[in-house]
Amino acid sequence: MPILEAIDVHGGYGGMNILNGVDMAIEADEVGVIVGPNGAGKSTMLKAVFGLLTITGGEIRLRGEPITNLSPHKLVEMGMGFVPQEKNIFPSLSVEENLEMGAFLKPATASRLKQQIFEFFPPLKEKRRQPAGELSGGQRQMVAMGRALMNEPSVLLLDEPTAGLSPLYMNEIFERVKAIAASGVGVLMVEQNAKQALRIAHRGFVLAAGQNRFTDTGEALLNDPQVARSFLGG
Amino acid sequence: MNELIYFFNYVVVAGSVTGCIYAMGAVGVTLIYSILRFAHFAHADMMTLGTFVVLLLTMLFPHAGDALGLPTAIVMLPIGMVFTSLVAVGIDRAFYQPLRAHKVKPIVMVIASLGVTLMLQGLIRLFAGTGAQSLYVDARKEIFRIDIPGVTRPIILTEPQIILFVVTIVAVVGLHLFLTRARLGKAMRAMSDNPDLARASGINTQLIVTLTWVIAGGLATIAGTLLSLDVAFKPDLSFFLLLPIFAAAIVGGVGHPLGAIAGGFLVGFAETLAVFNWSVLLRPIRDSLPSWIELPNNLAIVGTEYKIVVPFFILVAVLIWRPTGIFKGKVI
Repeated sequence: MPILEAIDVHGGYGGMNILNGVDMAIEADEVGVIVGPNGAGKSTMLKAVFGLLTITGGEIRLRGEPITNLSPHKLVEMGMGFVPQEKNIFPSLSVEENLEMGAFLKPATASRLKQQIFEFFPPLKEKRRQPAGELSGGQRQMVAMGRALMNEPSVLLLDEPTAGLSPLYMNEIFERVKAIAASGVGVLMVEQNAKQALRIAHRGFVLAAGQNRFTDTGEALLNDPQVARSFLGG
Repeated sequence: MNELIYFFNYVVVAGSVTGCIYAMGAVGVTLIYSILRFAHFAHADMMTLGTFVVLLLTMLFPHAGDALGLPTAIVMLPIGMVFTSLVAVGIDRAFYQPLRAHKVKPIVMVIASLGVTLMLQGLIRLFAGTGAQSLYVDARKEIFRIDIPGVTRPIILTEPQIILFVVTIVAVVGLHLFLTRARLGKAMRAMSDNPDLARASGINTQLIVTLTWVIAGGLATIAGTLLSLDVAFKPDLSFFLLLPIFAAAIVGGVGHPLGAIAGGFLVGFAETLAVFNWSVLLRPIRDSLPSWIELPNNLAIVGTEYKIVVPFFILVAVLIWRPTGIFKGKVI
């Protein structure tokens, strides 16, 4: 059974439909990557999964349980983590406090998990007392992912985690994403850097106009000449 | 030396008293702004309301404090704080929360809080009348005179002033520890930083909102009661407090609790220094002044009756030259 499953999802903002039937499924140790042109509904789909917009048709399931239109708060309790693309840290709180906020619902495990996150993202350990807003882009992304991981999610949603990062940091983040999935967390992420992202993807979803255009393993999509021509820039 | 004691009594003590009151009010304004993103104009009336409740309780049980050796109003203060906090949460549920649910603009919230101001003022006057009343019912205010050897003038401190200093220090230290150490306090700062992410982290934002009103209501009651204990309870108290506490919050940098405290003392001391009669300090050198300078009897920058001009001036100056305040807060 897939840990996260979306079946024929329709939805949008204020009566305007952006998603016109999206299907997705990832297993508990897989990375799923959503790629596609601008305006295809990639980020919208991620927000729909996290309950940030109204789903008008179809169903989303977490561990087989229907979670369609549940509130983000409820979904966090059920073990879903979400890292928005922008404003994904608490800038005036220290790195350590940012992480603690991620474990708000599980204060008892906070200090143990904090140590694990520091081992997982070593740069954060030395900056633990610094306000997160003073960190570099890549380190902020680490804080943002670390905060979401503090809740020990079974599914992690990442909205363009490498946007605006240097290639060095981009590879670093992708390595971390792979490791997170390997530890048994289903990762679903939206990416602009489609080629690099598909390289680490177990599942790839190419969206266009709010619908699945291609759905396959990351490798198969990379090698598909049709996908390459229309979506990966040749 | 007499002149220095005079300066101490009329500037250091008086300025600290005013500073403490403004600081506690401004902290409430700043906390409400950082969590709910609107300027809460009814804050000074929450101070009056809290004080009025304490006054009622003191009138009902005038001798409750005798056994503890404290003014009865101080013994009643915790009850007044709880009551005012509950009223503040109730007002939020009844008036502000429905507006938040409709996602109105901040200015609508500000106007709603003006409505709450008028409502509270009307209610307080309905029950308290319009005259001033002492919070010492059936008791007398203790005044301490500390004699300094070799000086004729004593340092004068009243009982409420000493209590005010102690309570302010405890409240400020307590609030600081809460915001930096406690899980809920950190969550409060997190929500002020990024409310959407706070929600996405599983922070119960409704609980944080309630907590904000409880803290703001409690501090407002402390400040109002201790001020009225030192002077007298006036139903129009809020009128003289609203502008200075907003000036203090803005000077300190809106959204910074520590800035609000600094701003409170800055405005308090500026006010006190502006109405201070400087001629007293110049008296010892009067004889050595050239004959064409005649020392007037009153040499204050503004008259006491125009005291309110000072926070106004500070407010305008800060808004023009440094709208983010000392601690780089948000712009209202």
